[in-house]
Amino acid sequence: MSAPEPVHVVVDGHAVEAEPGELVIEAAERAGVYIPRFCYHPRMEPVGMCRMCLVEVSGPRGFSLQPACYLRVAEGQEVVTGSPKARKAQEGVLEFLLVNHPLDCPVCDKGGECPLQDQALSHGPGESRFVEEKRHWAKPIAIGPLVYLDRERCIQCARCTRFADEIAGDASIDFAFRGPSIEVSPFPDRPFSSYFSGNTVQICPVGALTAPAYRFKSRPWDLEQVETTCTTCSVGCRIVAQSSAGALVRYLGVDADPVNQSWLCDKGRYGFEAVNAPDRLRNPLVRRDGTMVPARWHEALGEVAAGVRHAHGTGGGAAIGVVGGARLSNEDAYAWSKLARVVLQTDSVDAQLGDGLPAELVLGLPRATIDEASSARVLLVLSGDLRDELPVLYLRLRAAVGRGSALVECSPLAGSTSTLATLRLAHRPGEVAQLVAALVSHDAATDVAGVSADELRRARDVLDAGDSGRRGSGVVVVLGRPSLAESADGIAAAAALLRAALPAARFLPALRRSNVFGALDMGLAPGVLPGRVVAAEAASWFADAWGAPLPAERGRDAAGILAAAAAGDLKMLVLLGADPLADFPDRELAKAALEGVPFLVALGTHPDASSAYADVVLPVSGDAERSGTTTNLEGRVSRLAAKVIPPGTAWPAWTVASELARRLEADLGFDNLESISEEIERVAPAYRGVSPELLARPGGRDGLVVPLGAVPVEIGRRAAARRLDPMATPGITATDEQGAPLRVGAAVPLGGAGDDAVRSGDGAPPRPGLLEWVPTPAVATAPRLDAYSYRLVVRRSLYDGGTLVGASPSLAPLAVQDVLAVHPAELARLGVAPGEMLKVRAGGREAEVGTVADDTLERHVVALPANPGRARSDDGTAAPSAASLLVEAGASVTDVRLETII
Amino acid sequence: MARLNEENLERARRLVAVYPEPRSALIPLCHLAQAQDGWLTPEAMEDIAGLVGVTPAEVHGTATFYDMLHTEPVGRHVVAVCTNIACMLAGAYELLEHAEDRLGVSVGQTTGDGEFTLEEAECLAGCDAAPCVQVNHRFVGPLDPDGFDELVEDLRSGARADEVPRHGILCRVERTVGLLATDPTGEAERHGDPAAGGTAP
Amino acid sequence: MITEAAPIVTSRMGYDDSYTLERYLATGGYDGLRRAIALGPDAVREEVDKASLLGRGGAGFPAGRKWSMLRKADTSYLVVNGDESEPATFKDHLLVERDPHQVIEGAVIAAFALGVSQAFVFCRGEFALGLERLQQACNDAYAHGALGSRIFGSDFSLDLVVHPGAGAYICGEETALLESLEGKRGFPRIKPPYFPAAIGLYGAPTVVNNIETVSNLPWIVLNGGAAFAALGQGSSTGTRLFALSGRVERPGWYELEMSKTTFRDLIYDPALGGGIRDGGELKAFIPGGVSAPWFGPDQVDLGLDQDAVGRAGSMLGSGSVVVMDDTTCAVRAAWRITRFFARESCGQCTPCREGSGWIEKIMRRIEEGNGREADLDLLMDACDNIAPGVSWPPQQTTICVLGPSIPSSVASGIRMFRDEFLRHVKDGVCPMRAAR
Ligand SMILES: Cc1cc2nc3c(=O)[nH]c(=O)nc-3n(C[C@H](O)[C@H](O)[C@H](O)COP(=O)(O)O)c2cc1C
Ligand code: SF4
Ligand code: FES
Repeated sequence: MSAPEPVHVVVDGHAVEAEPGELVIEAAERAGVYIPRFCYHPRMEPVGMCRMCLVEVSGPRGFSLQPACYLRVAEGQEVVTGSPKARKAQEGVLEFLLVNHPLDCPVCDKGGECPLQDQALSHGPGESRFVEEKRHWAKPIAIGPLVYLDRERCIQCARCTRFADEIAGDASIDFAFRGPSIEVSPFPDRPFSSYFSGNTVQICPVGALTAPAYRFKSRPWDLEQVETTCTTCSVGCRIVAQSSAGALVRYLGVDADPVNQSWLCDKGRYGFEAVNAPDRLRNPLVRRDGTMVPARWHEALGEVAAGVRHAHGTGGGAAIGVVGGARLSNEDAYAWSKLARVVLQTDSVDAQLGDGLPAELVLGLPRATIDEASSARVLLVLSGDLRDELPVLYLRLRAAVGRGSALVECSPLAGSTSTLATLRLAHRPGEVAQLVAALVSHDAATDVAGVSADELRRARDVLDAGDSGRRGSGVVVVLGRPSLAESADGIAAAAALLRAALPAARFLPALRRSNVFGALDMGLAPGVLPGRVVAAEAASWFADAWGAPLPAERGRDAAGILAAAAAGDLKMLVLLGADPLADFPDRELAKAALEGVPFLVALGTHPDASSAYADVVLPVSGDAERSGTTTNLEGRVSRLAAKVIPPGTAWPAWTVASELARRLEADLGFDNLESISEEIERVAPAYRGVSPELLARPGGRDGLVVPLGAVPVEIGRRAAARRLDPMATPGITATDEQGAPLRVGAAVPLGGAGDDAVRSGDGAPPRPGLLEWVPTPAVATAPRLDAYSYRLVVRRSLYDGGTLVGASPSLAPLAVQDVLAVHPAELARLGVAPGEMLKVRAGGREAEVGTVADDTLERHVVALPANPGRARSDDGTAAPSAASLLVEAGASVTDVRLETII
Repeated sequence: MARLNEENLERARRLVAVYPEPRSALIPLCHLAQAQDGWLTPEAMEDIAGLVGVTPAEVHGTATFYDMLHTEPVGRHVVAVCTNIACMLAGAYELLEHAEDRLGVSVGQTTGDGEFTLEEAECLAGCDAAPCVQVNHRFVGPLDPDGFDELVEDLRSGARADEVPRHGILCRVERTVGLLATDPTGEAERHGDPAAGGTAP
Repeated sequence: MITEAAPIVTSRMGYDDSYTLERYLATGGYDGLRRAIALGPDAVREEVDKASLLGRGGAGFPAGRKWSMLRKADTSYLVVNGDESEPATFKDHLLVERDPHQVIEGAVIAAFALGVSQAFVFCRGEFALGLERLQQACNDAYAHGALGSRIFGSDFSLDLVVHPGAGAYICGEETALLESLEGKRGFPRIKPPYFPAAIGLYGAPTVVNNIETVSNLPWIVLNGGAAFAALGQGSSTGTRLFALSGRVERPGWYELEMSKTTFRDLIYDPALGGGIRDGGELKAFIPGGVSAPWFGPDQVDLGLDQDAVGRAGSMLGSGSVVVMDDTTCAVRAAWRITRFFARESCGQCTPCREGSGWIEKIMRRIEEGNGREADLDLLMDACDNIAPGVSWPPQQTTICVLGPSIPSSVASGIRMFRDEFLRHVKDGVCPMRAAR
């Protein structure tokens, strides 16, 4: 495709080559001419409402005032932005805006970073002639749990309402009334409770929308900021972390074109509050006579080292298990991966908690990027609800559907993508593999897994139309873990079938937990080693590189480790920021493991249910307290920057590994972050060429997709125009160049090496090849559901009972309740009113739980939240959730019976 | 109480089918809801949102743009006195003052018995009969103060019930013919073939 | 002098039952449509071109030209604008209530000429009786075969929907009207595209014509465009329905031959306005709805002619003439009109939303006797920021022309009656009220 002919325009005397259809405001910006604006936002459709951007534009009938944000360039057009007439119009608009805008800047959160203030100075009349009474409204009203609205300050730019409608796809706020009475309003008595509400606060060009998390916390001139990556989920949105007086006060989304395009979900935006939580772990704790007491690091590490020696003495390396790590940085994860293999002598490491997908599958499938998924002709979604699990990915895919991608959803439950779907295949829980087998076989003549032959045929047609064989434009499969009530086998089998049937399709693995992809890439899974290689093939190469032998045997995964601990076969268990009691689907097993293992070490930022069992608790640094890198679901490596200092004596997790090794007379070979990055670059095949220098370059600032070359490194993808625009993301324009220092206090200069060629590790010995997943498609028959049972789906929610939500005051009240969703007709059949409790039995297990009627469910399906918010008892431990009491690890499905409680 | 009742739901579906796009029926449906309850209740707005495929916030946002749609309860008789230029020149403000005195409420308020809501209207296109007054959008002017008092009595006693139905009832003639007669789904219309319809039964 | 042209759109107003199908058929109703069908669409368009029928909604754009701009597409629409809310305008109200079949016949002829199969009549919501009569007429027209499939046995089919408005002046602006018809707030659409004929209802090409405009069509088709063009002169052809209100003895509607009649005739002729009420003096008049700049006694001899009025610095607009006499306070009149715009601004554009409210506050202050001399310059400058140059036809900083209509009255008042404004300021009281 050849580039379209440019359009030639002249802006204030500068000749500009513009793209056809480009807006005058954008073309002018590239010519270095800034046109004032309020309603225009580069990520939304222009509306031309505020009239601030009026400039003189030549046309067939001479010059006229036109809104630069709305007018498209035309060949030969001349634009004059600063003529007396244009200036007068701009000043006029500003004066009009200030007519009713309160002058409460000293107490306004936006004061000092307010586009209205700024433009009043640069493009305003300098004084107001308004002496009349201003319009009055009730001062800020909470229009939702996370948004306050001060209608007096609103300038009616429609950014928030357009965001809700256009970007989030949920017009739950809209303009109401008319003319001077116009106001932004949710439906009466229905809160504006969108997962994305914080974006409206970020893009509000005045202080009309504010967020409880930041209200009256700081003034812009007291803020320090750094660009970093959100690690709340595995999308890895680019953010700016801001602190004041040494405490985090705000996260703002950065406009990273390939990732979040300036948006964030509210969990990511406000989860920083957890970093400031009063219950942060500040010092190591060791168990003395049954109670945990603070200890010095050398003392605590001494105990851990003793534990390792004891385990080695009694059962060898195989008697040690390491669970968790998905919340660590890549460098932390690498250090622990190496420590486990060469010092602890175990391959029983697993960053996932029985709630994910097999590592080989995740690492070995041909991966799609978010951009590729967003331009796919067909998106095949086999995952949990994406808006709950990976919110900003949901936004990107929603936009893709808006641009014409077809979406086929395979899910037992209706959810956020259902309304976007071209076709929704509501299969019976546990039968996804059967469904996919029928889908790819072309000859389904009967219903399969509850889906009709006709639906299957139509889905197949959609897939065929998309499967053009061309990369990035064909089929992209979004592959997650839809339900924790069934094992990952079904999804793995489905993936195998799709891999075989659609060789050109690419996969976007939809695992949720922050840096789970980085952890797997760093080898925090049994049988794999850093850089996406198979341990069986690469062990000797790594033994050379690391200068130590590696465990000969493949280790256990999380379920296996916990089972071994429960059976008394494990002597020591390390929890790397993991809370199996809350997160492992089978609580019975997790509890037995924690009780059964003789020596338990927990690293973490906050105390949690599992760490209450620990013999040694080690505090580590959390979000915005550590530097390094993180890897998102598409394999994008981007930088983490520290903004604040961890509380007490908390250490980065890699330091813990390194120091522990020293206690055990070993040397991991690094004592700073750069040496770890260098080592990763040197030994981890998929990370070859990913250097700090490259990441610091303009083209690397939004991160680099590994292995390099998978996606061309494009320099300057974040358009210059966007960086110039102080209005697109008010509040962060002052982040010069938006480059994050790699270490606290030591910014890597931008520019790095002289060119953009990828360093190839020349001279190093050939490295092991990247893992490729070669599955053998096989589908077990689905277990039959008896007439008296319901099949359980355990789904994730954005606001869960996890530490992040629980420790963030803004989010904690939003955590989902532990309730069983049942079809209303089934509730009626049972004689139970919605809200009443039911007893749920699964095999020998049981739980009592409240109910909610949900008519989107199939009659034979019931659903529970995984890890809901629960009341905490005094010791901080939460009651077990119903799902965790019912699900048995490894079971292919969970069928339950419902009984009334007498 | 205030959801659309079965009969009106059926009417609503027919109205939606009249238009090429469901959302076009939003305002007619608001009128329908007002005809049922006298004003636009939150419950009715939710029903309408569902019927035309928008969010309740959008129905509320759209409805409140328009003067005739009331999202708060109003009286059985909404008395609107035009004070725009032509009526002002014919003494409309004096009439309005009288109306406030007579009804004992100021503009925008409803009498305690729920009978009357007084509104100051913009031009009602009745300038040849200035000062122009409407009750429930029926023209009753021109009025002098005595005429106004008489009107109030008539409305209270029900003497004008035929001419002035209670507030919310706008157009008492329903669309009975055209495509709807034979094709309540509106399918034929949507696919651009009016010939698929028919004339009156 | 008034010419005695036969009425074109008000020929049935003498009958009490003018709105019924029976009366309509008894007085030549639907003959125009039958003839149109016999002529074929091309010939109908030609007659309308020949008639040089100017739009009666306010902008005065030739209907034939507008029709010719309709973009070719599979689906296109006709929308008849019956939202009539321009203050002092009440002609469409009359046509809808008293001759709804004529509106429908006109709409069917227009749709036939345009090859459109779906039409809407957007009727102002406050016309409850008009809505009832229009809907009844629509039902009857279907039954009569003048609407629906195969109209009068031809190949032409049309569905017509009577759509009620809900009370917002701005919905008279054609793009706001389309938004409203789409079930949205009446926010005028930003231009370009300049004409709905390119992108209109649901994005499809759409012709928007005023009620009075289409009401002329049956006559034009029956009598020929040339006969229409023979009335009036220049581009102002045919007759027009004028709405006269304010301080005259006989306010009301008058269908008059264009151009040939003058404002003096309209205001003073005993058969028309009958002169200033209570024997007063003419102080000023608005020639075409409150969006138009005012005229003084000097312009009273202008013809009712679109171009002549335009040349004199105002517009014939919606054909509504408001008369102010020597008891009328210019400040109060201008304030009331400004207040109207402030209430009716849709609220999108800053200059219109905030400017109208601010100007209204200043005007009220002056009227109440709390003004300052500097306020006059301030008002003019605020007007200039809405309509740069404060000239006519206006330039604008807003999306639609409601914005630049705000300054018309304020600027007219200040320019024509500066002394009166200053007396309010200096005496702290309205001189008219003081005199009373
Ligand atoms: C603020 C504003 C209000 C208007 N109100 C009306 C109206 O009430 N009725 C009308 O027919 N045209 C109105 N118009 C003009 C319409 O936009 C449009 O020009 C007209 O309906 C076209 O019909 P015509 O060509 O037959 O005159 C208004 C225009 C503006 C800018
Ligand atoms: S000029 Fe006024 S009425 Fe017109 S679009 Fe702008 S705000 Fe709305
Ligand atoms: S009108 Fe262009 S930025 Fe608002």
